[in-house]
Amino acid sequence: MIIQAKSDISPSEITPKEVFDNRRDFIQKAGLGLIAGTAALLSNPIKAATVSSGTTEGAGRLIGRANAPAIAKKSAFSSHQKISGYNKTSYGAGEKLTTYEDVTTYNNYYEFGTDKNEPAINAKLFKPHPWTVSIEGEVKKNKTISIEDIYKLAPLEERIYRMRCVEGWSMVIPWIGLPLAQLIKWAEPNSNAKYVEFISLADKQQMPGQNIQVLDWPYTEGLRMDEAMHPLTILAVGLYGEQLPNQNGAPLRLVTPWKYGFKGIKGIVKIRFTEKMPVSSWMKAGPSEYGFYANVNPNVEHPRWTQSSERRIGGGLFAGRIKTQMFNGYAEQVGQMYAGLDLRKNF
Amino acid sequence: MLSFLKKIPSKKQISWIKTFVFLLCLIPLTRLVWMGFQDSLSANPIEFIERSTGFWALFILLATLTLTPIRLISGLTWQIQLRRMLGLFMFFYASLHITSYLWLDFSFNWSDISKDIIKHPRILVGFLAFVLTIPLAITSNNAMMRLLRNRWKQLHQLVYFIAILGIVHFWWLVKKDIREPLLYASILFVLLAIRIYYKKDSILRKVGIHV
Repeated sequence: MIIQAKSDISPSEITPKEVFDNRRDFIQKAGLGLIAGTAALLSNPIKAATVSSGTTEGAGRLIGRANAPAIAKKSAFSSHQKISGYNKTSYGAGEKLTTYEDVTTYNNYYEFGTDKNEPAINAKLFKPHPWTVSIEGEVKKNKTISIEDIYKLAPLEERIYRMRCVEGWSMVIPWIGLPLAQLIKWAEPNSNAKYVEFISLADKQQMPGQNIQVLDWPYTEGLRMDEAMHPLTILAVGLYGEQLPNQNGAPLRLVTPWKYGFKGIKGIVKIRFTEKMPVSSWMKAGPSEYGFYANVNPNVEHPRWTQSSERRIGGGLFAGRIKTQMFNGYAEQVGQMYAGLDLRKNF
Repeated sequence: MLSFLKKIPSKKQISWIKTFVFLLCLIPLTRLVWMGFQDSLSANPIEFIERSTGFWALFILLATLTLTPIRLISGLTWQIQLRRMLGLFMFFYASLHITSYLWLDFSFNWSDISKDIIKHPRILVGFLAFVLTIPLAITSNNAMMRLLRNRWKQLHQLVYFIAILGIVHFWWLVKKDIREPLLYASILFVLLAIRIYYKKDSILRKVGIHV
């Protein structure tokens, strides 16, 4: 009689593994916070993990040198690896951050399951290291770049961006990354390159969600060249001061804050420069619902979800919805790129 | 071997079974309240409550619709006595579902709500399903049954239509992974197919064909 709805499992019901994984790290770093931290760990595992990463992040930033972005040596790319030496920026000043717990347990990453709590569980064993990204298409010559070298392409910056999902919810996330423009400069596209196509990893072993043909794997996305070169567009390698958790797209993902969240392709392995507009996975899956541009636009309705307003994650039960802003509030910066374009047709 | 299933429970046993099912049907609500106090309703608690209450409304509706097929297949009739309670619990969870939508999700902002209903077929279908459930809940008592007589049965056949609407409502919610709504659609299909199979003679007679 009692059948557990699949979509109905709370992330907190399934966290003990994380507590376990986290403990060694936790104990090593705890220092003064040990007693308080242990108490917190006993009372609420996830929140304690957050507290622990929060405090060590502070310490890391004190010790870290500003000029040399470094990937921590020991067991590189495991969970909660601090990124030292990134620059703070004024982006998102005054925005209230969505908690680390919410950012890392409420994810759309269909490669690890279609329920939002699934990626945090199913991506635990994913190996984001070693990792290389291949550059091809309309470029001077095809080449590859390792994730370590991507870290060194430009000084890493923290960018606090709003993230608006097409499903009508939003977050504020402190990303760490570098402008995509820096990688494009390094990639040396030729004059035929009008678009950039991004391709995610295809690996059924590591990504159990790919065993089901929900989307045409691997996941692909695309940007117009000017969008890709725009200073707001970043390749994120971290969030909340640490390397990207697997469920958030480790080790490398796209962030375009004025577009719906699904544009933010995760686990990028290939970047291809093209002359023709690429067709993304979501465009193939639902051409009438998902367009190439996918700009946040409260005036263009989606057949399933309200786009005129959104729910900010973390507000509790009675916070109400907030108005969705044109281009997710980044109209001043990006609006001119779409001057003269019919946004109803080019949604 | 399964002969104990054929045994007709006594009046006292029936009342025990009813109490048990009643408590069972309260578990999903209790769980939500409990998780609410634990602050463990996920990062998006409103969506969680909407999903959970919607799921249980649909689940209990499907459970209600299994009672007659059980009778048709096994000849047992006592379980029909659970039908009203299950139907009312379905209405209860559907009411919680729509209340969480109107109140928690849209803060009773009627202009936004009406826009949402008009622009999104999924919401429209869900609304229609709920509205059709209201007369069934109102006429679920004995007095109304007596009052309506034959028309009562006709009215309550709306439940099949409501079930279809409920599944369509769920189907249109999912972005791409249709496995879950497909499962419920298949269950409904089987339940309706059993009815049609057993009643085909009377259905044919109704349309004037004699076998």
